[in-house]
Amino acid sequence: MILELIKQPWPWYTSGIVIALIMITLLFFGKSFGFSSNLSTICSMMGAGKKVRFFDFNWKNQQWNLFFLIGAVIGGYLSSTFLVSNAPLNLSKSTITDLAKLGIQFDGGLNPSQLFDFKSLGSVKVISLLLFGGILVGFGSRYAGGCTSGHAISGLSNLQLPSLVAVIGFFIGGLIMTHLLFPILF
Amino acid sequence: MKFFKYIFTGVVFGIVMAKSEAMSWYRIQEMFRFQSFHMYGIIGTAVFCGVIAVFLIKKVEVKDLNGQPVRFQNKDKNWRKYIIGGTIFGLGWALTGACPGPIFVGIGYGYTGMVVVTIGALTGTYLYGVVKDKLPHWFA
Repeated sequence: MILELIKQPWPWYTSGIVIALIMITLLFFGKSFGFSSNLSTICSMMGAGKKVRFFDFNWKNQQWNLFFLIGAVIGGYLSSTFLVSNAPLNLSKSTITDLAKLGIQFDGGLNPSQLFDFKSLGSVKVISLLLFGGILVGFGSRYAGGCTSGHAISGLSNLQLPSLVAVIGFFIGGLIMTHLLFPILF
Repeated sequence: MKFFKYIFTGVVFGIVMAKSEAMSWYRIQEMFRFQSFHMYGIIGTAVFCGVIAVFLIKKVEVKDLNGQPVRFQNKDKNWRKYIIGGTIFGLGWALTGACPGPIFVGIGYGYTGMVVVTIGALTGTYLYGVVKDKLPHWFA
């Protein structure tokens, strides 16, 4: 019965509470919730420190976060394997209409299969968009010193003004991409 | 097995990203189009609970597992990097529909495209490391 309950899409307040609990748990472990550090750690692990000073640190001190990352991948796998609900995503009608105008269909899943499925990767345009988007995420999160977890959750919870500025930046970028660049890119 | 607790916390994170739909490309689009309260509710609740928790942890001087007082890092005040870096990040967040955590949750979920996003994100991080000293940062 509990499994049935977990399978339903979670209401926003449950999710918000669980995310805060994750941050608190990591604080209790003596760590700080911030996911994008893993990207630098992986660069360092792959030997980037030999060429670029920024990655010349002892990545082993960040091992705990890589284990958190592995857990996140497992959590994603468990969710799609055992915890999917049969109902399509309850996306707003106006979003569905707006995206359709751009040629992006709503297929009821979490992500559009036309962008993220294996067979879509045959398209040069799709691969380029995903790579370009990834580069912006990686570059931007390191430049800003954190991503959604580090700034929007950990930083704002600790009333850090710099994090508020970063989150405002996240929204400026997101709004420019969605409203100005999507009509050009798609 | 000292790392098991981090894997377990990560698993919970992965499940909440999936079940809350916070990892959803569609939900991120809906958020940036102001067409639903869903994502604002999630982030708002997390921050609301987080602010109270951090306040209490400081007030009661909670100790962590190792018996040390729980530490908080104050962010430096180099405003430029937050606004410029944040904006670049936001462009990518809207395009890929994922911030770094959900990229990896998405791989586990079975979205192969997220592997390409990961390659991009590692490349972007590497590029930052290369050009870092040439960027406007270290002065206010």
